[in-house]
Formats: sequence, structure tokens, C-alpha cells
Amino acid sequence: MEIDPFIFRLSIFILSIFVGYYVVWSVTPSLHTPLMSVTNAISSVIIVGAIIAGLSGDIKSIFNLSNMFGFIAIFLAAINIFGGFLVTQRMLQMYKKKKKNK
Amino acid sequence: MSANLLAIFYLISGVLFILALRGLSSPETSRRGNLFGVLGMVIAITVTFLSIGNFSTVFIYVLILLLLGGSIGALIAYKIPMTAMPELVAGFHSLVGLAAVFVAISAFLNPEAFNLGSPGDIKLSSLIEMSIGAAVGAITFSGSIIAFLKLRGIMSGSPIIFRGQHYINLLLGLSIIVLIFYLCTTQTDSFFWRIITISFLLGILLIIPIGGADMPVVISMLNSYSGWAAAGIGFTLENSALIITGALVGSSGAILSYIMCKGMNRSFFNVILGGFGGSTANKKDAEKKPVKSGNAEDAAFLMKNASSVIIVPGYGMAVAQAQHALREMVDTLKKNDIKISYAVHPVAGRMPGHMNVLLAEANVPYDEVFELDEINNDFSNTDVAFVIGANDVTNPVAKTDPQSPIYGMPILDVEKCKSVLFVKRSLSPGYAGIDNELFYRENTLMLFADAKKMTEDIIKSLNS
Repeated sequence: MEIDPFIFRLSIFILSIFVGYYVVWSVTPSLHTPLMSVTNAISSVIIVGAIIAGLSGDIKSIFNLSNMFGFIAIFLAAINIFGGFLVTQRMLQMYKKKKKNK
Repeated sequence: MSANLLAIFYLISGVLFILALRGLSSPETSRRGNLFGVLGMVIAITVTFLSIGNFSTVFIYVLILLLLGGSIGALIAYKIPMTAMPELVAGFHSLVGLAAVFVAISAFLNPEAFNLGSPGDIKLSSLIEMSIGAAVGAITFSGSIIAFLKLRGIMSGSPIIFRGQHYINLLLGLSIIVLIFYLCTTQTDSFFWRIITISFLLGILLIIPIGGADMPVVISMLNSYSGWAAAGIGFTLENSALIITGALVGSSGAILSYIMCKGMNRSFFNVILGGFGGSTANKKDAEKKPVKSGNAEDAAFLMKNASSVIIVPGYGMAVAQAQHALREMVDTLKKNDIKISYAVHPVAGRMPGHMNVLLAEANVPYDEVFELDEINNDFSNTDVAFVIGANDVTNPVAKTDPQSPIYGMPILDVEKCKSVLFVKRSLSPGYAGIDNELFYRENTLMLFADAKKMTEDIIKSLNS
């Protein structure tokens, strides 16, 4: 009896939901905005799908509809990756502790 | 690169994403966490390129698009003012949603590239996964666009309600499921396009009835959706990095929505079904009650003679961009040995943690900023509460009047302070459309002015 690879991926999925649940509850409320922007950035890992679509075939096939959609998706996800991580970093730089001798 | 090695690299980047979120448990570790996230992304993208190994001219195009999008993203990230963060996040959500839709479309048109079968003969499980990914992605996209327009003020923040709204949404939702079923049995493209079109429409209809101040819940919910869309695509592409990320983001958004709903003591469905606040609320309470109002000198005098002050910021502070002036005022007060802390309500502002970011921007140390539970007992032994731009979250009616729409909402007990300074432009009610009882209390002094202007005037009086 062989296990369907789908079941394997489903296990990863379910376990990740639990990991996410506990990790996110431990996030301090004052960092909820950076949390949203960083989750935004990491969900743009969807770009791997876009790259596969965009790079499929050879130079003649790049004007196929499928490749074109891949290209646009690469562009959109790239905005998100750079924008998301950089804006998160910019926000996190601002969180400072009280200066000690004051 | 072998498929197994590739899968291991994707797993590593998935783990790095978990560490990125884990880092956010405290500001000290958060910056390192963000770098883990960047590293995870670099690994995922690099191994994807290596696995395809197609370094022809197409590769150059892909790289150009990547850099072009990247520079636009970087430009936005550096230029955006912190007060515009809610609409930025909404805008970014819409991009993730649209990217998910486009990836699903490419996979549907060219399943060979993803090893999913051939056009017209796509694996059943992949077909279901990609339609779910596309549908959720489309809802995320159009919903986020509406949220963006509302937050940006291009569209009115008041709810748009019409009869039978919820039945139409239900009908649209059911028709998506039916269409997915037909798509799977017939493998016809037209069903796929219809699923996407209806999902776009559903996204718009879901968000228009929700009012401006409920946006914290909406943004968190769309955050969650973008995660589920990514996970759907992850199943299609059999990519564990995407599945892990999707699940993380999905649960993160769901938890944030829950926290926001709890902060308003309303159920998730009550928020989602919309129609709360805005123009629908009536103001029949026309009786004129006496209000004490003062000017900047009075406020400066009160605070100068206090030994402790708690600042309660709200959305009005963000609108007036008063955070910098506020911090300057606090610095002046600190010179007079007055103890200052900030109290932030979970739903203050337009997105989770909105006030904290603005205060951090103004160089307020984060260990002076407290959450509702941490600080609520301190109000009773504090001299002055300085409420700037907050309203409903301080209304004592939430504790006393079961008839009130905000009854049961946890509020900041500012009325327990010896005196309350309330900076507000007029006596008009807040988002919930109800009068704030606090305005008419003995110990409340209303400061009618723009938040920034008033704060600057107070600084002047403090220094004179």
C-alpha cells in the first residue's frame, strides 16, 4: 500500500497551520503591523510558480499566454518581495528601547 | 538538481520563514528574523532558477522583470509615509492575490511545465487545487482593492448596503463550488474563466458593506486569504515552501482577525456581514449637556502640575500626523520629572499595531508603550489622561449601558484618572455613532482643535 503524495503534502500543511498558530500568538502586539508586512512578503514566494511558468519552453514560446501570465506574476510578486521585506525592515529599525542614562 | 534536493531546499526556506515570524516575538530579535525571511526567499528563488536550468534569452527577460518589480517595490518601501501603512499593506495583499491568480492561469494553460498533465487532461487533484487557489486569489485581489480605496479615502468609508446582499454573496459562493465541479468533470476552459470572474465580483461585494473603522479586521482577514491562496497554489505546484508559507500566513491573518474582533467584543460574522457604524447610526440624542472646554494653556497647566500622565492615541492622531509633535510635548514634560506612558487599545487605528508603528516612528521607546491589559489598572492612580484622536475605545458606556452598540467592548478606563484632557475637533460621535459620555464628565476638559495644532500650542505654553 502506497501513500499518495497529496497526503504527505496535506500533513505538511496541517502541521504548518499549528506551527503558525503558536508562533503568531507569541508575536508581541506592538509588532502586529510588521507581522502583516512580513507575512505579505513571504507569501510572495508564490514567485517560484511564476518563474517556472515564465521559463518554460524556449525563446519562441515566450509570447504564449501561459508564459505571459507567468511574466506578469513575476513582476507583481517581485514588487511585493522587495517592498514587503524593505518596509518591514524600515519599520523594525524604528523600534528603540529607552536610553538608559536619562 | 534532483527533485529530492530541490524539495529539501524548499523545506529549508519554509523553516526560515517560520523563524522570520518567530523573531517578531520581541523587537530585539525582529530584525534578525526579517533577515531569515530574506534568506529563505533568496534560497527559494535561486534553487528554482537552478532546477529549470533554462539560461537562454528568456532568463534575461525574467531577471529584468524581477529587478524592475523589485526596484518599484523598494522605491515604494522607502517613500511611503508610516501613516499610509494600512493602505500599503492592503495594496500588497492585492498583488499577492493577483499573482496567485496568474500563476494558476499559467498552470491551467500549460500544465506540462508543472508536470500536471496536458491541457484538457489535467490531474483531478491539481485541477481542484488550482481552481481553489485562483478563486481565493481573485477574492483577495478585488477585496484588497476595495479595502485600499476605502483606506486611501478614494472611496467613502461608510458601508454600502443593499437588500439581499448576503444572499447574493452566498449564491456567488455556491456557484463557484458548482463551477469547480463542472470544470473537473468536463475540463472546459470556459468554466475556469467563469470561476475567476465570479470570484473577482465576490471579493468586491464582500468588502463594500464593511465600514472604515472595521478595517483592522478586514486587513487581517485579507492577509489570511492571501495565505490560503498561496497554499492552494503550493498544493498545485507540489512545493513545500509555498505550502508552509501559505499555512503560516493563513493562520497569522486568522489570529489577527480574532484579536481585532475580541478588541471590539464583536463576533467575526458580525464584522464580516458589515453595516456597522457610518451613516446608519442615528443621533437623536439632541439634548445639550454642559461641556467644559479649555485651551492649550489650561492643558499645559494641568499637565505641568501632574506627576503622571498617560497618553491615549487613536486614529485621529494618525490623520493629523500629530505623533512627532506629541513626542516633543512628552519630552518637555519629562524634563519636569513627570512620568509618562502610552496606552494603546488593540483596535486603535486602521490596522493591527498601527499606533505602535507611528509612535516608534516618532522615536517613542517601545517600552513606554503599553497594551490595554498591561496599563488599565494604572489609570486610577494617574493624574492626567491625554486622549488624542481616540474616542469609542474610551467610552464608559461600553461598561454601563447594555443597549449601546459597543456594550461589552473592552475600553481604556481613562475616566478613572483625576482629570482627562480630550483633544478632538468637535463633539461629533465616533465611528460607532454614539455619544461619548466622557465628554460631559466633571473631570473632563475638552480641547477643541486639530490634534497636531493643539499639541504644538501646548508645547509653546509649556515652554513659556
